[in-house]
Amino acid sequence: MGRKLDPTNKVKRGPGRKSRKQKGAETELAKFITDDDETAPKRLSSRGRKRAAKRVQNLKKPKDAAEEQPKKGFTDENSKWLKPAKKKRKIDEPESEDDSDEHWEEEEDDEEEEQQQQQQQQQQMKKGGKDQGKKGAKLEMKEVEDDDDDDDDEMVDDYGTLDDGSGEEAVEEESDGEELLPIERAAKKAKKLKETMLESDDDDDDEKEDDDEEEKKSETDMDEEDTVQANMDEMDKFRLPGAEESEREGIMTLDLKTIHQRIKDNIDVLCNFSTKREEGKERAEYISLLKKDLCTYYSYNHFLIEKLMDLFPLSELVDFLEANEIQRPVTIRTNTLKTRRRDLAQALINRGVNLDPLGKWSKVGLVIYDSSVPVGATPEYLSGQYMLQGASSFLPVMALSPQEGELVLDMSSAPGGKTTYIAQLMRNTGTIVANDANADRLKSVVGNVHRLGVTNTVICNYDGRQFPKVMGGFDRVLLDAPCSGTGVIAKDPAVKTSKDEADIQRSAHLQKELILSAIDSVNAESPTGGYLIYCTCSIMVEENEWVVDYALKKRNVKLVPTGLDFGKEGFTRFKERRFHPTLRLSRRFYPHSHNMDGFFVAKLKKFSNVIPTAPAAKEEESTDAPEATAVTDSPEEKPSKSGKTKKIVSGKAGGLKRKAQAQANGTKAKKMANAKPKGKKDLPAGPKKAKVAKMDGETVKGTEAKKPAVKTADETKVSKANKKEGSRFEKKQGKKRKTPMKAKDRMGKNKFRKLKHLLGKQGGE
Amino acid sequence: MRPLTDEETKIMFEKLSKYIGENIKLLVDRPDGSYCFRLHNDRVYYMSEKILKLATNISRDKLVSVGTCFGKFTKTIKFRLHITALDFLAPYAKFKVWVKPGAEQSFLYGNHVLKSGLGRITENTMQYQGVVVYSMTDVPLGFGVAAKSTQECRRVDPMSIVVFHQADVGEFIRNEDTLT
Repeated sequence: MGRKLDPTNKVKRGPGRKSRKQKGAETELAKFITDDDETAPKRLSSRGRKRAAKRVQNLKKPKDAAEEQPKKGFTDENSKWLKPAKKKRKIDEPESEDDSDEHWEEEEDDEEEEQQQQQQQQQQMKKGGKDQGKKGAKLEMKEVEDDDDDDDDEMVDDYGTLDDGSGEEAVEEESDGEELLPIERAAKKAKKLKETMLESDDDDDDEKEDDDEEEKKSETDMDEEDTVQANMDEMDKFRLPGAEESEREGIMTLDLKTIHQRIKDNIDVLCNFSTKREEGKERAEYISLLKKDLCTYYSYNHFLIEKLMDLFPLSELVDFLEANEIQRPVTIRTNTLKTRRRDLAQALINRGVNLDPLGKWSKVGLVIYDSSVPVGATPEYLSGQYMLQGASSFLPVMALSPQEGELVLDMSSAPGGKTTYIAQLMRNTGTIVANDANADRLKSVVGNVHRLGVTNTVICNYDGRQFPKVMGGFDRVLLDAPCSGTGVIAKDPAVKTSKDEADIQRSAHLQKELILSAIDSVNAESPTGGYLIYCTCSIMVEENEWVVDYALKKRNVKLVPTGLDFGKEGFTRFKERRFHPTLRLSRRFYPHSHNMDGFFVAKLKKFSNVIPTAPAAKEEESTDAPEATAVTDSPEEKPSKSGKTKKIVSGKAGGLKRKAQAQANGTKAKKMANAKPKGKKDLPAGPKKAKVAKMDGETVKGTEAKKPAVKTADETKVSKANKKEGSRFEKKQGKKRKTPMKAKDRMGKNKFRKLKHLLGKQGGE
Repeated sequence: MRPLTDEETKIMFEKLSKYIGENIKLLVDRPDGSYCFRLHNDRVYYMSEKILKLATNISRDKLVSVGTCFGKFTKTIKFRLHITALDFLAPYAKFKVWVKPGAEQSFLYGNHVLKSGLGRITENTMQYQGVVVYSMTDVPLGFGVAAKSTQECRRVDPMSIVVFHQADVGEFIRNEDTLT
């Protein structure tokens, strides 16, 4: 006893659908019917002509009326566009004849359709002259019936069947006629358009010679395509009108589509430049157009697009930009301190969350596809069973691979995702110092640390650059440096437009400061560690490879494999810059190739606590400086060290000194002193050692001779560092007196006094 | 950061004992090293001696949190337990209340536990006894005070309160700023 279907509706629908089917044939027909438009009336048979004349007389008035009346709803401009839709409606409701207007129109259509039949007939006559009379007669019959009723049933697919058609078929044709009329018009219009297009194309033809192959392919496609080609190839000529047009059109979707197409074509040309280029056009012209288009299409600023172009091959660039338009999947990390991944997955599935394990590389990650509940507020989340964390944030911690019982520093920890991951890898043993410069953001660290049940964490609010001064001797340090965020554009689209060269330089500078202080906080003598992870969520070379390369030059560190078996290798050469070859051990991650945020991870191992400084002071002092640092460094690490290592350290320092004394020859001595301990530990790679040694030498000489910009900056830093060390040394002295004074004893009193004097001086400065 | 005074210790331990009874001594004498309570910014932190030593390197104004925050002393020197202490209350809790899955959400939004949402309750719970609230899957959700004794709970009508809400894990989100 359900609702009955409305029968009228059903009936209406049927024929409409069928009549729609015929479009294809009609359009084809329409094309060549129009061709013979003018000649048609002449070739009619005598009877046909008479009939035609009659019809014209009879129906002229109603036709005119019909032409105006159906337009009532639309203005004249609109009717052009809206006509097809109107017609469809008519086809849909052929039987609802209450409306006299419709009726009229149909009649008019019939009229037109008859004309067409005549045309067609004429065509046929062209073909077969004999059959003329027969066909004419047949057609007449049909026409007569046409006028009687506009009933419609089954329809014939094309007009060819008309020859053997009965009266019924003729009846059907009238509905075809409805379609034909506007289609004809449309066809005419299209023809005209084509002609005009051809004219305009002719203008460009001479310039398009080289892209002919492409043209052929796309010729059938669109006029749009043509304009694209024209625009691209004729940049000089078409640039201004193109710009005007785009301005006029504003940000219509069509416009963006055009630009998108142009980007595609442009990249295609650029990828096969030698074959597809246009004669006399520079690559730079193509590139500049591409840049402009990318900026408008993806709404980046010019600077960032340029940077990205340097970074990616063109084919990859678009992938990258596209990937930035879509969000990365939501991922969560199981808190193994409280639960297991399987249990958590089960619990979440029961809540209506659709999830999957995150790749083979992680045993704790889950990807959330969709969820009926907010993933950030389930009871499981609140009770600390998981943490919302991007897949890329797993990587640095996995690379860090903290061991149980270690002392780990997380230099910029907010909001605590990586910190808690470290804690869970250490199973809540050892100690984590979670630092962040921003006090507000630390609140989330506190919340997350407590929520996840991490108990081994000290949370503090220092500037990372102060760090070795606050606390040193860490086994491992994770430096997730603040950056421009060019890897996480999907998360924060503001980056697209807000960054410029100065921002990048500023963050790069901060990163260099941070990485040095992070390295200084690491204890190279740690039995299990001595590692530093440097990572950023930026993909800029300035903030990544360059910073690491800088650290390699400034400190006794070397790159080691990250332990991540995927990701792209870091750059060893980028544009005019050449980085240390081991930088290929670092890893880059991109949104388009790994479906995670853009990320850079480098793992450094510190092999000596000696800071290869090159003070700007006199030669005399420069001999002492490395020794001083050696001594000051070793007690610094002592608090966390056992007595054994202390001895080793001091012994080394002493040995170092002896060597230095033996040579006692200004800069040379210093070079040796720095080079030797490295050799002893046989940690550094061959070329690296040499390079470091060379570097030291250079800085010593260079500081006085040339003073390039970078080095002067470093000098100030170095002297600052020295000052710090001085004060630290003095502070520690009290302690040292209590502790066994082996280092001092070995040093010899004379030397020590000199050193104290020196440090005092430096401290005074 | 300083050790607690005797009075403070007494106040805090009294509070703790409402939830975990004599199990307090398990908090202080642990097999895996010595642990202690420290006061910092009116808040009481519970940490191992090892971390304590490291934390002394950090100046008072820069130190945000060490180990686990148990709660804070109010200006009137009363001790208020924070939700962050749940990790140490839950394993040692003497009296427990389990809430039905349907009532979980309500409790996590800071509401009291009603009789209708009560799944189980430890036998012999006295009125105004501190209880830890669990979900039916034994996940600790918070703690509160029993409004009725176990016996009374059996008789009261479904809409009456059986546990007064004190803290729940929803506060990690709601009161993130005031945890420390």
